[in-house]
Amino acid sequence: MNKTINQKAWFFVIPVFVLVAFNAIIPLMTVVNYAFQETFGNNVFMWEGTRWFKQIMLSERFHASLGRQFLFTFIILFIQIPLGIAIALTMPKEGIGVPICLVLMSMPLLIPWNVVGAMWNIFALPDIGFLGHSLNALGFDYNFTQQIGDAWFTTILMDVWHWTSLVVLLSYAGLQSIQPAYYQAAEIDGASRWAVFTKIELPKMKKVLTIAILLRFMDSFMIYTEPFVLTGGGPGNATAFLSIDLVKMALGQFDLGPAAAMSLIYFFIVLLVCWVFYTLMMRNEGNQ
Amino acid sequence: MSLELKNVEKKIGLDTHIYPTNLKLEKNTINILLGPTVSGKTTLMQIMAGLDKPTNGEIWFNEKNVTGMKVQKRNVSMVYQQFINYPNFTVYDNIASPLKITGVSSDEIKQRVGKVAELLKLSAMLNKKPNELSGGQQQRTALARALVKDSDLILLDEPLANLDFKLREELREELPKLFEDRDCIVVYATTEPSEALLLGGNTATLLEGKVIQYGKTLNVYNKPNSLVSAQVFSDPPMNITKIKKSGESCSFLDNSVNWKTKINIKDGEYKVGIRPHNITTYKEGNNSLEIKGKVLISELSGSESLIHFTRGNLNWVSLSNGVFQKNVGDEMKLYMNADEFIYFDENERLVING
Repeated sequence: MNKTINQKAWFFVIPVFVLVAFNAIIPLMTVVNYAFQETFGNNVFMWEGTRWFKQIMLSERFHASLGRQFLFTFIILFIQIPLGIAIALTMPKEGIGVPICLVLMSMPLLIPWNVVGAMWNIFALPDIGFLGHSLNALGFDYNFTQQIGDAWFTTILMDVWHWTSLVVLLSYAGLQSIQPAYYQAAEIDGASRWAVFTKIELPKMKKVLTIAILLRFMDSFMIYTEPFVLTGGGPGNATAFLSIDLVKMALGQFDLGPAAAMSLIYFFIVLLVCWVFYTLMMRNEGNQ
Repeated sequence: MSLELKNVEKKIGLDTHIYPTNLKLEKNTINILLGPTVSGKTTLMQIMAGLDKPTNGEIWFNEKNVTGMKVQKRNVSMVYQQFINYPNFTVYDNIASPLKITGVSSDEIKQRVGKVAELLKLSAMLNKKPNELSGGQQQRTALARALVKDSDLILLDEPLANLDFKLREELREELPKLFEDRDCIVVYATTEPSEALLLGGNTATLLEGKVIQYGKTLNVYNKPNSLVSAQVFSDPPMNITKIKKSGESCSFLDNSVNWKTKINIKDGEYKVGIRPHNITTYKEGNNSLEIKGKVLISELSGSESLIHFTRGNLNWVSLSNGVFQKNVGDEMKLYMNADEFIYFDENERLVING
């Protein structure tokens, strides 16, 4: 085949290239720049090699916030994925109920993150908030601004409220794409409801669930706004997840070098976990 | 063994999906439900299987009323147009699945799966998963699942429709053999008349939720009880024209074609059905009746020529052996044999054929 040579085509490519350069490559390179050097302002830089990386990798503070981060992410995945599937299974498959359920389910997803944080903050306040006040009236000693357990409970509850819908919608789409003939075939075999779920529905939902887990992992691992507005990372450092800790280090203490090194490590952890997970899930899907 | 539908009717809301139907299917027969899409084949099969309940009427199996009995208790198998297998099971486990649930011993499962797999040429791929197989092999696996169980009733809902041409031909030839020596009733739904003729057995022609005619396949084909039945059982579509008869002489209403007849029906107007392969581009035996037409489309296959042509304001189809290249718009002569005409009265009921 003869290729037509047309240099004007560059005009279509260059804008995208410039845009990506400005919003991704250049900022990332700035971070890389800070991660390997020491600066005292005035654009004076001194080479530090891998010193900041070593410092972060050995710092207890980083280990603690990384630990909190993993714990938080695993808890919300552990709740949201099964809960999302369960809700999707109970949703109507046809009729007027479908659009109603879909709209109701999408509502939390449409609310801006800082609004979610503020909403839950007020909702959970022990003196005036509906949730906080009710819990205390029922005899629970609940105060998320002072007790670590309560702070975690509220943060997790907020995230479950905000994001389970995403898992529901993805699972629902997966379920809807299963042809009715599968259910009939299982009925003819006399398969139990549980067998239908594990042998037909789960395998057929595998791809959307992979996407759901990936999205929820990435989002929850990078969570910032909601806990920042709700608890500000407190009490103490109890809900200071990676991103909150990072911002404290970079903008609070102005430790630019260690903060830059930490963001790169952070970035590679997300990348690595996603890659490993995706590769494992898609291993046997070669020819589909 | 027999399966009997007594006045079975199916309504959903105000729509009637199946009009009251009586049908008796006998042991060791292949019964073909032939009809275009949405003629009610699938609904009828689901009612037969017990996957769906009729609104009115009864289903009797072996002289026992089984209306409303659950499908698991009826010992039926079904094969669908889509290739339905358990996605996470190997071919072996898929074929074994109906047996495992009923608690057959593992030695017997092994032996029976092996036998069915061999019959369906799946022996080499027992350890593969369905998504590693071709469409044809996936459908063979689904067929094997249906056959392994020794069902009393095997339902096949357009099982070949999603396969490509070559695989379809291959599997179609094997199908009748698969059901030989089996103590069961086979019901096979299809939209293709040629498939019904190939499988033999009995055929029920269906249209818009009504069973038009049921009987031996060749009988239904040769003696359609009505124009509708003939149309359902004709691909390419049957040519229909009005004629008038007085005494021994017959002619098209426009007098363009005349012939003598010895058939003994009263004088008057009739509709005549002529199958496309009874109109040819060449004279053959007794088909001396000549008509003229203008070529609309000519489709050639390796050995046949399908020529669509117009006469007046009617479109006709002819199917000839051999390859005849015709140009669109050409005037041409075609030949037919009045003995092969099928006569219908004003109510479109069969009067006589030939």
